[in-house]
Amino acid sequence: MNPASDVLVVGAGVVGSAIAYFATLEGLSVTVLERGLPASGTSSACEGNILVSDKEPGPELELTKYSLGVWKQDLAEHADLWEFEGKGGIIVASRESSLASLNRLTAAQRSYGVDARELSTHQLRDLEPNISPGALGAAYYPEDSQVQPMLAAAQLLRMARANGARFFPNTKVAGFLNDGGKVTGVRTSAGNFAAGAVANATGTWAADLAALAGANVPVKPRRGFVMVTEPLPPMIHHKVYAAEYVDNVGSSDAGLQSSPVVEGTPAGSILIGSSRERVGFDGTVSVPALRAMAENATELFPFLNKVKILRHYHGFRPYCPDHLPVIGHDERAPGLWHASGHEGAGIGLSVGTGKLMAQALAGKEPDLSLAPFAPHRFGGFQSGSTTIQEACA
Amino acid sequence: MSHKINATFNDRPLTAEDGTTVGAALMTNGVTSWRNTRKEGRPRGLFCGIGVCFDCLVDVDGEPNQRACMVRLTEGMRINGAEPDTAEEEA
Amino acid sequence: MSSSQHYDVAIIGAGPAGLAAAATAAERGARVVCIDANDQPGGQFWRHRPEDTHPEDDGSLHHDWKTYLRLRAGFDAAAAVGSLCFYPGRQVWMAQREDNGFTLRTTASAQAGRAAPGPQTVRATQLVVCAGGYDRQLPVPGWDLPGVMAAGGIQAFIKANGMLPGKRFVVAGTGPFLLPVAANIAEAGGAVAAVCESADLTGWFPHLATAARVPAKALEGTEYAKSFLKHRIPYRTRTVVTEVLGSDRVQAVRTAKVDSHGRTVQGSERLIEDVDAVGFGWGFTAQMELPVALGAETRVDDDGSLVGVVDSQQHSSVPGLYLAGEVSGVGGAALAVVEGVIAGRAAAASTAAQSSAAESSAADVRLARKAGTYRAFARAMHLAHPVPAGWQDWLRPETTVCRCEEVTAGDIAAAKEHLCATDARTMKSMTRTGMGWCQGKVCGFAVSCLAGTEGASAESLRSVAKRPVSVPVTLSELLTLEDEQVLETTTDH
Repeated sequence: MNPASDVLVVGAGVVGSAIAYFATLEGLSVTVLERGLPASGTSSACEGNILVSDKEPGPELELTKYSLGVWKQDLAEHADLWEFEGKGGIIVASRESSLASLNRLTAAQRSYGVDARELSTHQLRDLEPNISPGALGAAYYPEDSQVQPMLAAAQLLRMARANGARFFPNTKVAGFLNDGGKVTGVRTSAGNFAAGAVANATGTWAADLAALAGANVPVKPRRGFVMVTEPLPPMIHHKVYAAEYVDNVGSSDAGLQSSPVVEGTPAGSILIGSSRERVGFDGTVSVPALRAMAENATELFPFLNKVKILRHYHGFRPYCPDHLPVIGHDERAPGLWHASGHEGAGIGLSVGTGKLMAQALAGKEPDLSLAPFAPHRFGGFQSGSTTIQEACA
Repeated sequence: MSHKINATFNDRPLTAEDGTTVGAALMTNGVTSWRNTRKEGRPRGLFCGIGVCFDCLVDVDGEPNQRACMVRLTEGMRINGAEPDTAEEEA
Repeated sequence: MSSSQHYDVAIIGAGPAGLAAAATAAERGARVVCIDANDQPGGQFWRHRPEDTHPEDDGSLHHDWKTYLRLRAGFDAAAAVGSLCFYPGRQVWMAQREDNGFTLRTTASAQAGRAAPGPQTVRATQLVVCAGGYDRQLPVPGWDLPGVMAAGGIQAFIKANGMLPGKRFVVAGTGPFLLPVAANIAEAGGAVAAVCESADLTGWFPHLATAARVPAKALEGTEYAKSFLKHRIPYRTRTVVTEVLGSDRVQAVRTAKVDSHGRTVQGSERLIEDVDAVGFGWGFTAQMELPVALGAETRVDDDGSLVGVVDSQQHSSVPGLYLAGEVSGVGGAALAVVEGVIAGRAAAASTAAQSSAAESSAADVRLARKAGTYRAFARAMHLAHPVPAGWQDWLRPETTVCRCEEVTAGDIAAAKEHLCATDARTMKSMTRTGMGWCQGKVCGFAVSCLAGTEGASAESLRSVAKRPVSVPVTLSELLTLEDEQVLETTTDH
């Protein structure tokens, strides 16, 4: 038997690492299990967004604002470790109809305290000189930020370890330990781990782990491609995306949706997104997705036509049918906690999620109510489930 | 015997035998580096010589980031790159 | 408008394996397309002066030029009658497998000068990847100075341009390939200050013929021995270059002896001055991105390189995909030609209804025997020329490992220690190794070794070879991409 801990975090992506770090700050003993290496799932297949701009008023926006505060205040002294960049975001409308809905969005967001500023085409061109002349208007969000997500995950994990957390890479969970209906740990390829609480931070794979405890957490993969260009001198200064992107984020369509999201990075490459498809964990390169992304990006920034892409990658966003993450204690399987289903906002929401989870795990009232994210919103136990494992220590 | 090709490197005349690559033309004209790295400003020229490493990137006739080892020198070609002595100027 | 073309067999690469495969498949009735990054056939091994300016290459810089001329005659004859379509100056940047074959997306190797025209999309029922390889590199302090080149790069420079990229050279690394490079330099009028071979070849090098039992290869070895004597080239075994010195270009190298465990010997350092060019080669890395992208099974060969798994017909684990030459195991040109013939025959046979079984079986046996002999030789070479175990000792924290993204050995050590970056994929995430222009082609092997605990793992090498965009391509080229033939249905799981 491995040493017992207060909290056992499964998954060393950015969310799991953030939980681990903040749990150590709460004085809890922490063990992190990861089936691969740090940030080997969706954390290393995304863009590192911390966005308020694409959120409509509601619980996710509240969590976003909270998490942004954690990035900017609690973690201020570590910002360089993960290349935190408060670059600001710009949503561009190229059609009258999308400009109207953009204006409605910004008005609603402002009433919820988001710094959302309407931009004239002149102001837009001052901020982004290379933008397409077709842009009709835009909104500017100075709070939108970005981090290098793999470094964020790995550094948060390092900080947790520095505070005493134990880390077991290449360790796969095979089932749960259970005592009188309560989850008391996990069985793994490296033996059993007992814990007061088990936090499922396995992101897009959360449904599989939850199912081992008989709990229904309907997180599904929603594939996205990102193209990376050759390194260039700074040509794009903010995260720039089209108004249609907000609609796609909120949509539940399974088919391919694509809207341009374009941004420069400190390394000089430009990241070009985005596509959203529900195709399971199919990693086949999608020509329609690449073509659509190229079309959209070159419409937004015509100079990109002659720019080369060096690579592309795809990730599987952890998608929940109601577009809200799953955060908190699972009443259906006492002892099991969840922090997953953040879809495309996992990096931005990670540290807020981690801090709130740590507070709740420590028995405190979290700074922000986790009620809207409660796991049991998906109903009771899976019918006929017999998968809770007997303790075998 | 093949004839001479006249091109320019940073607007200065560059002459080489017909059939040589841009990289070879630069090297035989005494230019051993034509690109400075982004981070450290280190000089770079030919390395792999066969189109694999992309170290020898150079602007050719306005097309940026061409592999000097893969482009054949043609008459009137305008080649632009970093001057060899601009690397680590402060050093 | 459709710019796609359909063939029975597509061959990627027109080097020894590709020429042989293309000529063989076409000869046997298949409609063949061949795509090569260079402006003319030959590959790296038979790279030669441009045929328009130098139509009569005498082959003096080449080994086995006669074989090239024979293969080239078959290749050209097939092209002349229209059974072979050759697209030089183009590269396949993406390959996909579909229900009834393969779709290849191509782009011009150069966008300036004589940018080569060709179809954007090529489809074929069978695919033979003969992508070849390039010099494997180990980082060493100063290896990013101008004047330091891949050993093969120096040779390519000489063969393609008929000139030298320097005056006084040091050639270093390991493997028999260092010999022809040094010989080419000397024959082209350059001075070779030293050839530094890390392996201990005592009692082996002069007896290449018996060690190898491959007459042609032995002859080659003797030729180089003569050339070395004639040009007074010092050949130093158990010697490595531990540092390249110079301010803005190469001026000198520091060498050291290595012991029988591949560790550098303290106090054995020597300075070789007045050097303006250095060539490094530590064996070869096969161009594996296309086989990996297509899902071919891979293995780590005796030389530590990732190569494709093939059966006796050079058929990979992917139906319809054949691998010949270095991508199925680094073994040199003679083996590549035999493998190309085998793959070309097999690919043509699986597209054609008829096959002459009797003729085939006799020829198959003969080809298989030949390939077996060459492979045994290649294996002997791999085992005799290992990468010295102590190579990491000569790195300093500030030594550049990833040339594109300027990631140092110190950055890598820190990510390994503090961020659990213990494989190449995670190292890339944490330090940007392999994220730049070359996508890890140059540093991939070294990073895999540095991240791992016991050399380069198969998993690391495979992650390094994962390059869904195998050469950079412009966004404007993506705009006109035709769909795959069979679109994946979008389903919710």
